[in-house]
Amino acid sequence: MSSTAQELIPPEAQEPGGGRIGRTRGGRVRRLTGRDKVVLSLMVGIPTLIELALVWLPTLMSIGLSFTRWNGLDLADIRPAGTENYQYITQDYPPFWPAVQHNLMWLLFLALIATPLGLLLAVLLDQNIRGSKIYQSIFFAPVMLSLALIGIIWQLFYQRDNGLLNFILGTAGTPQAVDWFGDSSVNIWAAMIAATWRHAGYVMLLYLAGLKGVDPSLREAASIDGANAYQTFFRVVFPAMRPINIVIVVITIIESLRAFDVVYVINRGTNGLEMLSALVIQNLVGEGQVIGVGSALAVVLLVISLVPIVFYLSRTFGKENRA
Amino acid sequence: MLLLLKGENMASPFDASATAFPSRRSILKTAGVGAASLAGIPFLAACTGGSAPSATGTDSGGLTFGSGSSDDVPKRAYQAVTDAFTAKTGRKVTTNTVPHNDFQNKINSYLQGSPDDTFTWFAGYRMQYYAEKGLLAPIDDVWETIGANYSDALKKASTGPDGKLYFVPNYNYPWGFFYRKSLWAEKGYEVPETFDALKTLAAKMQGDGIIPIGFADKDGWPAMGTFDYINMRLNGYQFHVDLSAHKESWDQQKVSAVFDTWSALLPFQDPGALGQTWQDAAKSLEAKKTGMYLLGSFVTQQFTDAAVLADIDFFAFPEIAMEGRDAVEAPIDGLLLSKKGGENKAARDFMAYLGTPEAQDAYAAVDASNIATAKGTDTSKFSPLNKKCAETIADAKYISQFFDRDALPAMANNVMIPALQSFIKDGKMDVKNLEAQAKTLYAAQ
Repeated sequence: MSSTAQELIPPEAQEPGGGRIGRTRGGRVRRLTGRDKVVLSLMVGIPTLIELALVWLPTLMSIGLSFTRWNGLDLADIRPAGTENYQYITQDYPPFWPAVQHNLMWLLFLALIATPLGLLLAVLLDQNIRGSKIYQSIFFAPVMLSLALIGIIWQLFYQRDNGLLNFILGTAGTPQAVDWFGDSSVNIWAAMIAATWRHAGYVMLLYLAGLKGVDPSLREAASIDGANAYQTFFRVVFPAMRPINIVIVVITIIESLRAFDVVYVINRGTNGLEMLSALVIQNLVGEGQVIGVGSALAVVLLVISLVPIVFYLSRTFGKENRA
Repeated sequence: MLLLLKGENMASPFDASATAFPSRRSILKTAGVGAASLAGIPFLAACTGGSAPSATGTDSGGLTFGSGSSDDVPKRAYQAVTDAFTAKTGRKVTTNTVPHNDFQNKINSYLQGSPDDTFTWFAGYRMQYYAEKGLLAPIDDVWETIGANYSDALKKASTGPDGKLYFVPNYNYPWGFFYRKSLWAEKGYEVPETFDALKTLAAKMQGDGIIPIGFADKDGWPAMGTFDYINMRLNGYQFHVDLSAHKESWDQQKVSAVFDTWSALLPFQDPGALGQTWQDAAKSLEAKKTGMYLLGSFVTQQFTDAAVLADIDFFAFPEIAMEGRDAVEAPIDGLLLSKKGGENKAARDFMAYLGTPEAQDAYAAVDASNIATAKGTDTSKFSPLNKKCAETIADAKYISQFFDRDALPAMANNVMIPALQSFIKDGKMDVKNLEAQAKTLYAAQ
């Protein structure tokens, strides 16, 4: 989340200004020495090459392969397929539409439940209550765990026969026991709650940083003007955190598109837990690979991901241009 | 199950410790986020295991052996075989063991990169597929020395699409209904010979408050066993082979009939199937919560209590319409020679050695849960159950390899798993859609 961190730094601090400016005899400003140029081109060039090799090249290859049939073995076996792979995933591949639906549910759930929950935690913990640091650590701990591990931890809660949840409900060991991860009518909700546990901690941390950054004089001014706590927060503090809010929106969208680990740990994204990312893996990696179909799924995911990315970039650069 | 999908599954037959999350390793590897450091170790091992040592092992008259049998028991069993080979011939075997999930998932790049001389694999379509792509070396010369050790059925299973031999079988294991003798004796249940008798028995068990048929399909592949058997009993072995290879259409009455027949059995199968692994279902059988369980004989690996193990018996899938009970599902595991390994005489010798009773006895001395395939292996240590497994296979006219070994892996993994899981949920199957998917996937190969 380096982008996040950067976003939090005021633009002034990011300015590379303050460097020594050399002035030649002719009066022309020469900002860079030869050595500077070498260093700069290395610093720009190497990441650019890495970016090209690891991001753009595979992306373009995926797009290209999505219009072919290929068994992944011999390059000579690649045959053009037109849009057949896209027809296949949209018309013949039963897990596709449930996966799109689940990705959307995931997005809505994170946006409407997990993110507000994180905001609530941040506001509560910002009140200088006793033990605030301890609570912060507790809520933030899940963020440090991989989602794969989270899936395993929640298994302990959700198991049908020995799980804590069925035990509390008094249904453990009875035929009424709900198999939270195995029953396809409930397992997507169970998985989203597990993901929320982590996402809320993440959002909390970002908002805590944001709240600390809000000028206290704003609050003072609001209270002098007679605003109550509710008005102070929603009319003054929350709008003042606008940069953070944008970051959170983008993170929430990205998290919902990336959602993979939890469902993959539970049952590899089958039986009610279909997600686009899991389908991409299923079709691209391993023995059951169908490169064309997997690439087409990846392109669909890419196109969907581009929406928040473009939104985010236009926000970021739009602001800089204005400045 | 070979191919199983994903290794995880495959993993399962040999991995007693793999219960709820059999592929934790691969998960960490895949998901890797916070666990990068943990995950790194197996990942690196997986990456280097296949290629690095093979560069060094080929000279000096030795050979390299890539093994996906990474669980403790089979790993030690193969170690015993390679040790015996070295003791006998003086040739050194460098074994590169890779976690089975990784081994299977990376087989494509493994074979195209720098594979070991010989490696563990499975009979069936997936072997033939790589043979056809020219990634394997034919071993007809090896079969000239070991051919007498094998039955015709095994020889046929070792043959590639071009008629040349590629595979040396090591062991196999039959699929059947496993049950606890004491429970059946107590309740007076009798082994059903026909499908109707099976349904009657199941109804009786249900009346006794027992879940009649244990069932687990969280991993997706075990349900293929039920599908295969009903298909073979209804339409015959050859239809199974042709359907798996997509020489027969899925969109036909014969296939619909399989699902219609199965839906009569569904109410008797464990309703919790989609949430449990085969290991969970094995525990239910052990606890006498379920009356019987259709699985491969590797299910017995879960019964660590000797008293329970001695109480386990099995019967073949009852007859329905065709061919009685001639066909048995008995996946074969063994060795293949990579294209590069084909130039190494020592590797051919090792393949030939594995095809002898001597080598298979060395294997079975460590891993007794499977049935050696060569004639003349020592059966004196067989338990009655082992004996029955061996007889079942020996008596079978046709040996199928399990759907995911007989079919295109993409068909088995990407199509059949979700299709069977949704069938288990609602008892409906859209065979038209199966055919539409099969058409696209087989065309892509």
